[in-house]
Amino acid sequence: MGTAPAVISFDNVSKSYGGAAPVLDGVSLEVREREFLAIVGPSGSGKTTLLRLVNRLIDPTAGTVRVEDQDVRSIDAINLRRRIGYVFQGIGLFPHMTVAENIAITPKLLDWDEARMNARVDTLLELVRLDRQKHRDRFPAQLSGGEGQRVGVARAIAAEPKIVLMDEPFGALDPLTRDALGEDYRRLHESLGLTSVMITHDMLEALLLADRIAVMRAGRVVAEGTPQELMSREQDGYVRELMATPRRQAERLNALTQRSAPSPRA
Amino acid sequence: MSPQLAEAFARLPAYLGGHVAVSVTALILGLAISLPLALLATRRPGLRNLLLGTASVVQTIPSLALLALFYPLLLGLAALCERLFGAGFSALGFLPSVLALTLYSMLPVLRNTITGLNGVDAAIKEAALGVGMTQRQSLAMVELPLALPVIMAGIRTAAIWVIGAATLSTPIGQTSLGNYIFTGLQTQNWVFVLFGCAAAAAFALLVDQLLALMEAGLMRRKRVWVTAGGLGLLLLTIGALIPTLSQPRATYTIGTKPFTEQYVLASLIEQQLRDAGFSAATREGLGSSVIFNALRAGEIDAYVDYSGTIWTNQMHRNDVKPRAEVLAEMAAWLDREHKIKVLGGLGFENAYALAMPRARAQALGIRSLAELAGRAQSLSIAGDYEFFGRPEWAAVRKTYGINFREHRQMQPEFMYSAAVSGEVDVIAGYTSDGRIAQFDLAVLDDPRHAIPPYDAVLLISPQRINDEALLNALRPLVDAIDVTVMRTANLRAASASPSEAAHWLWTEIQKKR
Repeated sequence: MGTAPAVISFDNVSKSYGGAAPVLDGVSLEVREREFLAIVGPSGSGKTTLLRLVNRLIDPTAGTVRVEDQDVRSIDAINLRRRIGYVFQGIGLFPHMTVAENIAITPKLLDWDEARMNARVDTLLELVRLDRQKHRDRFPAQLSGGEGQRVGVARAIAAEPKIVLMDEPFGALDPLTRDALGEDYRRLHESLGLTSVMITHDMLEALLLADRIAVMRAGRVVAEGTPQELMSREQDGYVRELMATPRRQAERLNALTQRSAPSPRA
Repeated sequence: MSPQLAEAFARLPAYLGGHVAVSVTALILGLAISLPLALLATRRPGLRNLLLGTASVVQTIPSLALLALFYPLLLGLAALCERLFGAGFSALGFLPSVLALTLYSMLPVLRNTITGLNGVDAAIKEAALGVGMTQRQSLAMVELPLALPVIMAGIRTAAIWVIGAATLSTPIGQTSLGNYIFTGLQTQNWVFVLFGCAAAAAFALLVDQLLALMEAGLMRRKRVWVTAGGLGLLLLTIGALIPTLSQPRATYTIGTKPFTEQYVLASLIEQQLRDAGFSAATREGLGSSVIFNALRAGEIDAYVDYSGTIWTNQMHRNDVKPRAEVLAEMAAWLDREHKIKVLGGLGFENAYALAMPRARAQALGIRSLAELAGRAQSLSIAGDYEFFGRPEWAAVRKTYGINFREHRQMQPEFMYSAAVSGEVDVIAGYTSDGRIAQFDLAVLDDPRHAIPPYDAVLLISPQRINDEALLNALRPLVDAIDVTVMRTANLRAASASPSEAAHWLWTEIQKKR
């Protein structure tokens, strides 16, 4: 994985609005092909800003963002967005469009023909484990939170992008749904050969789903590495604190399972 | 069916046609201007504030005043146009009404469109960009559909406002359902007033419901509903316009000011022209200066005015001369300044006169304005909407030193009964009004001639001064009507109808010959 080429790279990127403290302050980061990168950090740490730079929802004040070795500023923003999937925070489905229309929106913008779009919608509903008959013509208001976010994922990958960006995609869901959806997405990531960047403030989710994790704080990347590296390596105060919670949770769960299971030593 | 109701129905095609033409044009024009402006303004806060501010100011102008303002404005433009390009346009009726109503329709459409678009959730707008929409696609595919209910509510409000306000286009010469209301109010024909209100309300409701159907169709994606609503609006418009459009243009157009006597005389002139084999139409309820300008510009061919009105309002004279001299000087002035022909006086005067209940006048010992002056401080006076702004009122005050305790403006219809009931003490009535005799009012003498004579005169537009056929058809009316006959005709018009009164008047004229 370490030798794969970088698909997304941030090179000393800063973003500030007016005279206020910069939202991003000299961030350098690479996402390699087929990698699943999680960006973790508290609110206001610049995670969402970093993600939006990739598909040019905003442009940096300084530094360079590259997608597939091209400076994004040399790519037309509209075309760039159409070839990058994006799963929005809170769902972001269009309330006046059916599930099928929401999913097919980017293909439609790319002028796919009707038959191809229909076939694609059916494939995607299956991929995100939604019932074709039951859900196809529903409106977003008629879906549960989990179903809605499955549609959001289907919409993001509808135009067969190589890159998918996700802004706290599972944040508002109940733990069970969230877990199932995370697992399902991870499978899609593998089978479709995607490069995925996911923002989350939940370290446990990041540890369980991602290949690599970047920790952000106050506009900077303060640590990055695989889950194993972050768990084992000597860390500075903030990262250690961040890792303490999942570690404690894991220990308690461990203790619980050992106490309730019949002990082999007994 | 009562004859008044039958007559109301008979006039419906013409009135509704005029109403639909002016309100539908104004609405379409208003939408064509407001919607693109609102779209432009959604992403430009400066423009947005300017637009909403301007539209709000327009909205605070009373609709009647807005309509009235457009007439002189267009008159000036038309004159300028005539001078520059050799061809003018009609500043009367349709054009000023459409422009004023268009302005009036803009606020609800602008405000609702801007509010509706601004109200679309920012997260949804970001999602639209994120999936790869251009700004334009985002507007068309996401923002407009989501703002649609709010925008449609604005359009429906505009439709109802415009259809309601269009009734006020009657005084600037646009035939509309307002003709029922203005005529009815003047001739105390309450059937007409109610009929006009009901017709305007029914039309507004129908349009509103058809728009609602289209809105529901758009929201629920029922193309049939949208088509049905649109088709309904189209059919309603065409259906209402067919009678007006299919009617050949009348040869002559007669103007009337907004009071009973004018309706009777216009009807009389119309009958004369019909009997002579011409078609004639009327423009009803025009204001004093509107009607004079309309005649000068040839937008109407003839109307009846009063020498004193021309003397003071047009010639700006404040001296008072005997009847015959005023007539002669006025005729010469009109010919010299405007090429307007005075065909002749009709034989009676309709002057302003201060009047009060006879018993009250006797009790107070008032017979003339001079005697009134001593008592006026404790009395109140009522006049029509024009009177207190007219030079003769200033002349009366100056000549006799009269100062009343209170001045009230009211519809002439209510003025007479207000005098009888004692609600006001003195009224500025009209000498040819049948109600002076009916209510037994005493007309106060004007020994120092502060009020000029008001001979009814038949005026012919500059374009028609050599039209012998027209002049011959109208000559029998010159010097043919005395004031008692006119008073009776005016009373009859209030109880029956102006056209019936005109028939009666004609038989009286023939009896005298």
